Amino acid sequence: MRVTEWRGKVETQGCYDAISEMLERIEKSKLNAYITVCRDEALKMAEKYDRGELKGRLAGIPVAVKDNISTKGILTTCASKMLSNYKPVFDAHVVERLKAEGAIIIGKANMDEFAMGTTTETSYYGVVRNPYDLDRVAGGSSGGSAAVIAADEAVLSLGSDTGGSIRCPASFCGIYGLKPTYGLVSRYGLIPYANSLEQIGPMADCIDDLALLLEVIAGKDRRDSTNSGKEFKFVPEDRKLKVGVIAEMGGNEDVMKRFSEAVEVIREKHEVEEVSMPSFKYALAAYYIIAMSEASSNLARYDGVRYGYALEKLDSWRRYFSKVRAEGFGDEVKRRIMLGSYALSAGYYGKYYLKAQKVRTLVIRDFKKAFEEFDVLISPTMPSLPFKIGELADPLTMYKADVNTVPINLAGLPALSVPIGFEKGLPVGLQVIGNYFSENTLLNFGKWLGERMQD
Amino acid sequence: MVSLEDVYHTAELAKIEITEGEAEKFRKEFEKIIDYFNILDEVEEDIEPTFHVLPITNVFREDVEGECLSQEEALSNAKHKEDGHFKGPRVVE
Repeated sequence: MRVTEWRGKVETQGCYDAISEMLERIEKSKLNAYITVCRDEALKMAEKYDRGELKGRLAGIPVAVKDNISTKGILTTCASKMLSNYKPVFDAHVVERLKAEGAIIIGKANMDEFAMGTTTETSYYGVVRNPYDLDRVAGGSSGGSAAVIAADEAVLSLGSDTGGSIRCPASFCGIYGLKPTYGLVSRYGLIPYANSLEQIGPMADCIDDLALLLEVIAGKDRRDSTNSGKEFKFVPEDRKLKVGVIAEMGGNEDVMKRFSEAVEVIREKHEVEEVSMPSFKYALAAYYIIAMSEASSNLARYDGVRYGYALEKLDSWRRYFSKVRAEGFGDEVKRRIMLGSYALSAGYYGKYYLKAQKVRTLVIRDFKKAFEEFDVLISPTMPSLPFKIGELADPLTMYKADVNTVPINLAGLPALSVPIGFEKGLPVGLQVIGNYFSENTLLNFGKWLGERMQD
Repeated sequence: MVSLEDVYHTAELAKIEITEGEAEKFRKEFEKIIDYFNILDEVEEDIEPTFHVLPITNVFREDVEGECLSQEEALSNAKHKEDGHFKGPRVVE
């Protein structure tokens, strides 16, 4: 549901009624998209709106927040047993911004445990089902944030994207999702997995809504030292672009059929040419090495002392920490922490971690060269249609599903997933990649393309 | 090749207790994943690494007192506490 539709609903039936209806839908839902539903607080805010006391650009709009984004006094679990009892004592920057603009936080969205996954199957709270086929996944890691938009269980949502975690579920659920330029949105209050790669981003049913949410969350925050301080303002733009189709990023037959149709549509207005990015051959391996290494260091904080899962009895520190972490983390999280520790350990640092950072240089070089000639680059967001639940049981097979999305995070660029229609009844997404801080061009292009592909 | 010893060593570095069954499962998975990572051997050494995509060096601010959490807030998520302090496990074995 779009913001304009929601506002129309609120005008006719009142915000309290509209929110109650949405809460009822959530309660009956089979998607498992929420970990926590903020029922009482949402109804209280709706009443406040109806009394004319809630103001701002998002006044009265129900927004879902991914459960790795800190919300003061509201459970923030990261979909992990480790944080299943954790209530932050402060709000993330983006949550402060939502509240300042009058948004109603309707719930905390389900996700892969600590955002480590492509399907939400690693969630301690169970998989998020795809709104178009309940036997398939909604994508990950921000699966809940995407499913709630497609199923009208929220109007807007926030996700986070470390290697495709906004774009993958956006593609699988047929909605819009943006991974902003690294540094555009403050990460203060985002529970870290891989700091040098991740960004919080907006998800919505149309570009105007996505842009509105980005305008609200982007901007200066000194509590994130990697924050660029730049603001975002959506300005309509209508120009002919030079579009590069990335040769190294493909998909299976189903996806390529729809993607090729989109390319033909783009050709009607824009100039389209193929572009080759040779370094991408190494991007997936480099991405996973960097993400796992950063994870192994970041997740060292979970020791059952200051917060999170704890044992009844304190023991010697070695036994206590090792036991807390054995019981609190799921298998994929353990795998990534251990592999990260391995990649950083004596004798392997140069072979894996340092080498991966060298690949990062190559990836950035390829993008720089491409953007000298092209305005935007495109590819299928995901190489296949939404997976069946259980289809990606082997870890390496799951990692390989991220092949089209991870190079963007290595370079810190912005990328948007645009829904381009359905194949076999399942949504397909097209990824648009832009140069640093070119969100306005991406959104304008995405709006133009998305509208044409829905016809 | 990843040995069981490698897996136990890594688990010890990561402070995660693992069972024998888990060790063998992780060993097989790690071997496949690390074998895939070895594709990076093809990449030449003579390249400057990029640790961070933004050209940021040190970000300074005025050294002034700001808002901070109260002792009660800071302790609100801890299971083991005593006299307004966190209570941790024994560090001398």
